[in-house]
Amino acid sequence: MQSTADKGFIRRLGQLLNPLLVPFLAIVTAVILGGIIIKVVGGDPIAAYKGLVQGAFGSPSALSETAVWSTPYIFAGLAVALGFKGGLFNIGAEGQIAFGAVAAALIGYALPGWLHTSIPPYIHIPLAVGAGILAGAIWGGIPGALKAYTGGHEVINTIMMNYIALNITSYLLNGPMRDPNPLNLSARTPEIAVSARIPPIFDIPGMRVHWGFVLALLMAVVVWWLLWKTTLGFEIRTVGANPDAAKYAGINVKWIITLTMALSGALAGLAGAIEVTALNYRHELGFSTGYGFDAIAIALLGKNNPYGIILAAILFGAMRNGATRMQFLTQIPIDIISVIQALILLFVAADAIIRFIYRIRAREERVVLTRGWGG
Amino acid sequence: MDWRRFAIIALIIVVMFGTVVLIGTSQNSPLVIITSMMATTIAVATPLTLGALSGIYCERAGVVNIGIEGMMLGAAFFGWLAAIYMNTIFHYPAMPSLIVGVIAAIITGGLFALLHAVLSITFKVDQIIGGTVINILAAGITGFLNRQLFFGAGSVFHGQIPNAPGVLPTIHIPLLADIPTVGRIFEQQPIAISAILLVIITHFVLFRTRWGLRTRAVGEHPRAADTVGINVIRMRYMNVIIGGFLAGLGGAYFTLEAISSFEANMTNGRGFIALAAMIFGNWTPFGAWTAALVFGAAQALQINLQFFRELIPPQLAVLQNSYVVGLAPYLLTMLILTGIIGKTIPPAADGKVYEK
Repeated sequence: MQSTADKGFIRRLGQLLNPLLVPFLAIVTAVILGGIIIKVVGGDPIAAYKGLVQGAFGSPSALSETAVWSTPYIFAGLAVALGFKGGLFNIGAEGQIAFGAVAAALIGYALPGWLHTSIPPYIHIPLAVGAGILAGAIWGGIPGALKAYTGGHEVINTIMMNYIALNITSYLLNGPMRDPNPLNLSARTPEIAVSARIPPIFDIPGMRVHWGFVLALLMAVVVWWLLWKTTLGFEIRTVGANPDAAKYAGINVKWIITLTMALSGALAGLAGAIEVTALNYRHELGFSTGYGFDAIAIALLGKNNPYGIILAAILFGAMRNGATRMQFLTQIPIDIISVIQALILLFVAADAIIRFIYRIRAREERVVLTRGWGG
Repeated sequence: MDWRRFAIIALIIVVMFGTVVLIGTSQNSPLVIITSMMATTIAVATPLTLGALSGIYCERAGVVNIGIEGMMLGAAFFGWLAAIYMNTIFHYPAMPSLIVGVIAAIITGGLFALLHAVLSITFKVDQIIGGTVINILAAGITGFLNRQLFFGAGSVFHGQIPNAPGVLPTIHIPLLADIPTVGRIFEQQPIAISAILLVIITHFVLFRTRWGLRTRAVGEHPRAADTVGINVIRMRYMNVIIGGFLAGLGGAYFTLEAISSFEANMTNGRGFIALAAMIFGNWTPFGAWTAALVFGAAQALQINLQFFRELIPPQLAVLQNSYVVGLAPYLLTMLILTGIIGKTIPPAADGKVYEK
């Protein structure tokens, strides 16, 4: 009796952990390769990784910073994953984040002036964040509509939208929205009003972790619920799996494609809005650089599962956060993190390599993530 | 290319050239302005042309390659690095250093392409994900090494960027370049000239040789090609790697021909615009080149408007803003992809894994 119960428990534990095995080994392999690269360029990999872990988890404030870094990664990772579920590849999170941030900053600093009155936080915060969500949704929805109604491929269009966003935000932050403070030398907006600021969770100096992190965790639950418990989610997944079948089932495929990209953009826009309202209190040019590609890696590492994305985003957040301390201690440039992340993505995408190295049998579950120019 | 698309392209180019001629006419004669714009157009279209040719080899063989951006970025960095090492560390003169740099760039492109081939052909990874991996990897490696080698601990160059060996010299094409005024168009640097030659060569290879026929067969109907004894896997590998060489040469343009320095992410989306050029050119070398020239003209417009900044009339003040004018190539790309200017058809097996 005892032994069969044990076996059952172990088997169930195995089933629970099995999906985590390949991503885990991918991370291990990438970290080992990263160590070799550090060694080759003349650094000390052990010291570097020690600094990395210390910087990410070594103290309460380090943990708080890791959560701060993870917040936009969770939102952006969810954004990319939602697109993947609908068979759409959103490489444009970077531009959508930038636009969300610009919109939130504008409402944050200018709205009281426009209305000639102060606004209570419970109105001002939702308005600023809502503006960010809307801006992101528009920025994601445009390539979505182009894909649905003209066939222009979303991969190229979302990237073009990134560059367009970069040009427009450069224009705005150097021109009409530039911080007029005479001491300001950089392309950034003025600080947002106090009434538009999301407070930190702890009232302790040096602990910057804010309610946006909690919102990000909640949002993962919302995305899970949307995808698996609602009709819309079912339609999104059906269009993603087989658009022809979806069409015969009476789903308005074009509308669902547009909506999926708009929702994806909205999540990315939310990432930008939270960075402005809860952390930086302004938008500065170029802060979202690289987030779009990191978000893709996070979505793939998390296997497009909202809860997997939380784990992947915390990992990436921890790496980014710890990298500063690593650089301080060992003079290894922060950029090594990008190399390790690219390697993680490589091994997650080509899990056959990992299965080959570690002799793991494949369970056949090929997922269609994207389509070529024709589809 | 049908007449409608040709007319629209001609119109876009006329509008772009015309704008500059109208603005600059008080300072320079229209002929001088048009000549200089054409010369700039051809030069800045170089990486787009080479990137598009790279895409044509890959996709005609049935492999989608969105990693061209990363291949060009990696090649730009390692080509530049090789030239600097040759010049500063091994004390070779500028010219041999630059040639070694170009070769290193081409090899780098080929190696990234080999990785793409292994991922997408052997390991059957989703090809768009594979290309994204290349892009992220290239951005990471070049960003890291750029900082580590020049500023990091144990930096070879002790915190300073060494003197680069300059850029490839302009070639004076006899007769053509001797024509007064217009001859300026033919004064180009070697990679720009090779890009045009490669357009012609690629056209010949694809449509006039056995290799080209086999490549197209593999991209249109791999099973049929396999049945008649063509090695599908081998053809795909070879074409993806050839594509990588071309992307590598395109990367060399950035750091060995246009300017003599490297910046993080300096390819700025050219690899993706090159793909749009390939699509617009209907996967043909001459079509892609024409599209690349349109994008080149959009960039030449931007450069010339900066040059004539003071002459722009106040009603057109918006054109003084480089951020606004800088939108042109990106908006043009999106417009072209809508298919408003004519639909194009990709190779039938493009992006599909071949399972025996």
